[in-house]
Amino acid sequence: MRAIRDIGGWRGTATTIGLAGLLVASAACAGSHTTTAATPDAGSSADSTPGLGATSVPNANPFPSTYVPFPSHPTLIKNATIYTAAGPVIRNGSILLRDGKILAVGTSVDAPTDATVIDGTGKVVTPGIIDVHSHMGVYSAPGVAALADGNEATNPVTPNVWAEHSVWPQDPQFARAIAGGVTTVQILPGSANLIGGRSVVLKVVPARTVQAMKFPGAKYGLKMACGENPKRVYAGRGPSTRMGNVAGYRSAWIDAEEYRRKWDDWNAHHKGDPPKRDLGLETLAEVLRGNILVHNHCYRADEMAQMIDIAKEFGYHIRAFHHTVEGYKIADLLRQNNIGAAEWADWGGFKMEALDGIKGNMALTDAAGAKVMIHSDDPSGVQRLNQEVAKAWYTGLALGLNIPEERAVEWMTINPAWALDLDNKIGSLVPGKDADVVLWSGDPFSVYTKADKVWIDGALLFDRGTPSNWWRSDFDLGNTENP
Amino acid sequence: MRRHLVALLSAAVAFGCNAQIVRAQTIAITGGMVYPVSGAPITNGTVLIRNGKIAEVGATVVIPADAQRIDATGKVVTPGLINAYTALGVDEVSGVSETRDVQARGTDAIAAAFRVWDGLNSNSALIGATRNEGITSVLVAPVGGLVSGQAALVDLLTGRSTEMLRRTPAAMVVQLTSPNEAGTDARGEMIAKLRALLDDAVYYHQHRTEYDKRGARVLTASRADLEALTPVITGALPLAILADRADDLDAALAIARDYHLKLILFGAAEGWMRASAISAANVPVVVGAMNNIPNTFSMLHARQDNAALLRKAGVRVAMMGNAGDSDEEQFNVRNVKYEAGNAVSYGMPHDDALRAVTLTPAELFGAAGQVGSLQVGKDANVVIWSGDPFEFSTRVEHVLIRGREELRASRQDMLEQRYRTLPPQ
Repeated sequence: MRAIRDIGGWRGTATTIGLAGLLVASAACAGSHTTTAATPDAGSSADSTPGLGATSVPNANPFPSTYVPFPSHPTLIKNATIYTAAGPVIRNGSILLRDGKILAVGTSVDAPTDATVIDGTGKVVTPGIIDVHSHMGVYSAPGVAALADGNEATNPVTPNVWAEHSVWPQDPQFARAIAGGVTTVQILPGSANLIGGRSVVLKVVPARTVQAMKFPGAKYGLKMACGENPKRVYAGRGPSTRMGNVAGYRSAWIDAEEYRRKWDDWNAHHKGDPPKRDLGLETLAEVLRGNILVHNHCYRADEMAQMIDIAKEFGYHIRAFHHTVEGYKIADLLRQNNIGAAEWADWGGFKMEALDGIKGNMALTDAAGAKVMIHSDDPSGVQRLNQEVAKAWYTGLALGLNIPEERAVEWMTINPAWALDLDNKIGSLVPGKDADVVLWSGDPFSVYTKADKVWIDGALLFDRGTPSNWWRSDFDLGNTENP
Repeated sequence: MRRHLVALLSAAVAFGCNAQIVRAQTIAITGGMVYPVSGAPITNGTVLIRNGKIAEVGATVVIPADAQRIDATGKVVTPGLINAYTALGVDEVSGVSETRDVQARGTDAIAAAFRVWDGLNSNSALIGATRNEGITSVLVAPVGGLVSGQAALVDLLTGRSTEMLRRTPAAMVVQLTSPNEAGTDARGEMIAKLRALLDDAVYYHQHRTEYDKRGARVLTASRADLEALTPVITGALPLAILADRADDLDAALAIARDYHLKLILFGAAEGWMRASAISAANVPVVVGAMNNIPNTFSMLHARQDNAALLRKAGVRVAMMGNAGDSDEEQFNVRNVKYEAGNAVSYGMPHDDALRAVTLTPAELFGAAGQVGSLQVGKDANVVIWSGDPFEFSTRVEHVLIRGREELRASRQDMLEQRYRTLPPQ
């Protein structure tokens, strides 16, 4: 009767977003095996040219996105309340989606004659919800051992594994997430390991391959985890203590720095034999170069402060702490170090490091100036992130904090987009951005409101009114009901 | 056993009476939108509380001069909410085994004699946080094994655990979701094991004299377990069966029919597929409203509107939490009100949803004479809300349990206050 969340607390936070295409405006061209950076000139004849995998280059992209937006039709939503996550609410507003992008937003928008017009009277429009912490696809439903692919719990340091190599596109949980208005998710490895591996950012779309879900141009993330999970999982072989955890991170970064130096030197001069590639160190070196974002599962305030020091010691930046159950205790530190805080509304208490969870966490973290965002870590919670934000927001109001509703909307849209370094593409309703849009049946912060329609890149991919068109994964066919 | 049960209940009532002497007073809650649940809503209603009991409810109540008044104008007044399946007070930090008193070792997966409330921690830090959100009673249920043990209905007042007990036992808990946990390898074996145990309980009940003379046949369970099962097979105590798969629900219904048991189904993820059969058998269901993930092969057909569909078929529905992991049974017991709200969102009438977190669970666990509705003579478990109890925007303004104000800072509130303003670094 229970849903799954953070099985045994193993599904920690910290994932990084890949940096598949810093230089590529859009990697969406189907089938292209684009490498973002220039391939080193091996200077050898054609028949002996090594593959791209022969050398370690920044921003390599061996599993490129093949995502292509679904067919869309120009769409105008009018007479709606629009939360853009980029300014004040627009009452009685209109938004025009065209060619996968947002074309115009405002009180008066001219629509082409061929546009589908949707009357949004009494309804609310927001950007698509972004969940920076999901294990869909790597801990698929049903939750059987054969589908438990989220923790490579064979070694406490596994930066060599990539979450996308575990993602099952037929996980029935994806289809349920889009029905909750979720359009982009970061899939993370679990939190068994100090360094758990690379994350992957996906558009929540039906696909036969994970490549066809990958968000074009999204950076990779690196999942790291503090505290109880690693020391519990590796109690027998170590680390078995928090100090052992810290020694483990530092030791890995020492190796990574040496690797980065050798390869940066070789890539610059191509002198002599290239160093041997190492998948794990390559990922860590990419973090040190700033090409991969660190997502760090961490509950306790004091441990977050230590992780910040470790990042400074080795010259990398933590993009966001995840879970951050004690974020409210060190929100000033998070602000000063420009670190995001991915939090639950009201989950805690299930282990010692989660004991001090409070419902005011998001609001207090926000009030102290840190960039706060909702996250689910849970296939049930991901379906109701608007409700989770509602709990956190109203708790803040009850505490006497002055938090406009527009700001609460940002907690589930532009702030998580920032954590993925995708805030230039998604997360707000601004002309030119991806047309990832939700039309809610009413106030998104009411328990009675549901996502009516959800567009991804301008394509209507969920329409509550037509159940026959709902996305059903291969597993769903003949096995389950429409959610 | 019957006598034993009565004695237990009398003890609980006696404790309650002692406590009431201290708080002998009259309270009038006036001007609110009153939802008695047992009757139609009353606009601008008054709830009069005397000596911890509800003395009068209505639109034209004469308020005694000495009454303490609580102005509820513009507010909503309901019975305190009940979460019908929790581990509150017996599982403080689920990751710390020494704080867990919710699962017995038992003998061969049978722990009928296990009274989970004997381990109830009245000082649990989670109780205050739950109560402050308008939950005044919970079922505290054991987990695990085939027969998990006996559950209690508990009032979330501040006091000793013996004062908190509302109904003991409130149900005998059995799980049919996992053959493995039941100490078997297949569903059929698990069901056969339960039937053999019930056969033995019936035999024991009918042959106690022989048993005492050691002239009885060999039985599968201990004397204490068989004794504990006696009220179940006589129909005095509900048997709560956790099951999800449609066929497992059928099996539970068949067992209840064959042994004339008073069955309550728990979980019932695929309950909607058997809604008419469950309704025809007049079996109530305790269910959540946020469970649509095919998370096990026993719940592939879980769907969001399960609770609403069961209710539509006429099934008596009470709510439990199942939005997340087991934290819904401890840290977020409070969120049962949002289960109810989501049930409404997916088709359950609001009145039915309110009943599902008040009077219906009180009825299921034999406490409808004391709690679950605002009726004269019942204990005054009353909550005053700023609005709709199921909405996120609503705040709890008063929580009265047995007539005493119980709203006070929880541990979570204290942390919130401490860090409201961060100290200089």
